[in-house]
Amino acid sequence: MFKLSDNGIEFVKKELERYESKLSAIIPALYQVQREHGWVSPDAVVFLAEIMDIPESQINEVLKFYTMFNQKPVGKKHVQVCCNLSCAMNGGRELVDHLCKSFNVKPGEVSEDGEVTVTAVECLGSCGTAPMMQVNDAYYENLNHESAVEIIKKLEV
Amino acid sequence: MEAKVLTEHYYKDEYRFLDGYKKNGGYQMLEKAFKMQPKDIVEQVKSAGLRGRGGAGFPTGVKWGFLPDNGEPRYLVCNADEGEPGTFKDRLMMERAPHQLIEGMIISAFATGSHKSYIYIRGEYNYPAEVVKQAIDEAYEAGLLGKNILGSGFDHDMDIYLGAGAYICGEETGLLSSLEGKKGQPKLKPPFPAIKGYLGKPTIVNNVETLAAVIYILRDGVEGYRKYGTEKSAGTKLFSVSGNVVKPGNYEVPLGYPLMDLINNECGGLKPGRKLKAVIPGGSSAPVLTAQECLDATMDYECLAQKGSMLGSGAVIIMDDSNCMVDSLSVLMHFYHHESCGQCTPCREGTGWLNKIVHSIAKGEGRLQDIDLILKVAENMKGRTICALSDAAALPAISFVSKFRDEFEFYVREGRSKVKGVSYAEM
Repeated sequence: MFKLSDNGIEFVKKELERYESKLSAIIPALYQVQREHGWVSPDAVVFLAEIMDIPESQINEVLKFYTMFNQKPVGKKHVQVCCNLSCAMNGGRELVDHLCKSFNVKPGEVSEDGEVTVTAVECLGSCGTAPMMQVNDAYYENLNHESAVEIIKKLEV
Repeated sequence: MEAKVLTEHYYKDEYRFLDGYKKNGGYQMLEKAFKMQPKDIVEQVKSAGLRGRGGAGFPTGVKWGFLPDNGEPRYLVCNADEGEPGTFKDRLMMERAPHQLIEGMIISAFATGSHKSYIYIRGEYNYPAEVVKQAIDEAYEAGLLGKNILGSGFDHDMDIYLGAGAYICGEETGLLSSLEGKKGQPKLKPPFPAIKGYLGKPTIVNNVETLAAVIYILRDGVEGYRKYGTEKSAGTKLFSVSGNVVKPGNYEVPLGYPLMDLINNECGGLKPGRKLKAVIPGGSSAPVLTAQECLDATMDYECLAQKGSMLGSGAVIIMDDSNCMVDSLSVLMHFYHHESCGQCTPCREGTGWLNKIVHSIAKGEGRLQDIDLILKVAENMKGRTICALSDAAALPAISFVSKFRDEFEFYVREGRSKVKGVSYAEM
């Protein structure tokens, strides 16, 4: 059975009071689930619906619309490489291939040891410092194949 | 020549914090604003000719003037959902000068009679959001936000809201849907947000750069602000330059600045041995310009519109002769297909078809009639939907195909790119 931590529940309750509409707490609540569990499972939606007193359908509507919510498990290091135009021009797509090979994982899947997921994503607003990647919450810019692998390996999560 | 109005102090670390911001002249214009009549500030912004810096270029003062006088609470929302591919200026502004945004917002809120504002920041911008949140906390502690700001009798509360990854939330009504806790689907206009916006209340949505610029209109006056720019495109603008230049980055120059100077002076030109092929002058939704069209292009709303493109968000993507236009269009079409919110049929279906057709050509599986099919599908997507995303996908498609048709035909005929070294890349 899914459960948020006590702090997580308290956070969600505060968010429900924070905005003019309580529905606005759905996005922050889904972020909280993801911070604690790495992804948002169907069970987590049932749990949120209960503590927020918001229908599951409304939570699912939000969950499924936004790309930042993981609807299946991801690796502890969630590597998202921008492949939009400016990054593609500077080797973003090749970087995805290289990282997938280096960590022996297919795009969007979790490596066997549960450590790494590599995904190609759309523009992250880092076009002048391409190629770049986002690992969990942080941006890493002006990468090359070697530096990207090094950063991911050294990162402690 | 760069013209640093907004970005004058951006190189200083201290500028990110309240003390440092104040030391460099910060919050003086807020004090000045409180001694003015709100309607006079609106008039100044109108006369200064400030136009929305997020993409549409709509006159800011005119937008403010649409607010109804019906006693309903009004909201001010800052659009910091920067998602137009190629754009990274709002991120810089929030990271380097969060108090500039806050000051610009309080002045704008005072001018428009709003007591509550939100800064809607795209979800991936974790770090900028943290910087802005800390600055808001500092501002509250210093009495710059909250009740009776600086003894003016004006109350204003400000908060941030993080999006969660959806390009469409950069469209102002999509943004408001998202802020209301729903999926970020745009709403039919009219009514415009100024009449019925956030939770049905009158709401002004302005871009980060627009709100910050208000400070300098008060500081320099209408004449002073208009010292830079052209008659119809007044002031300075931040351009995010990316792609094949030696020094990509954000550059603040006067509107009306020659595109080739931006490339050659500010950005250090192209890489050695390379020739300019094309430029997307205003974010990925702006029709592409050929190298020839760039020669006399100036970076203002009028010149780029006259060339059939647009200034947009000021994202300038420079493409040299190592780029294949079929490949580049396939990247863009994948993006629009991914980001269509799905509520209007021409966009939902059209972006899907464009993506499929361009990718089939890029895989070497295209047919000659597919090239005209791209144009036909794109034509049918224009002006038929609730928001501009459909047009934003159609316009680049039409411009790429009509201006670089030989490359598309070559690709179909030979099954490979006309440009050496380019092969199909799956996304």
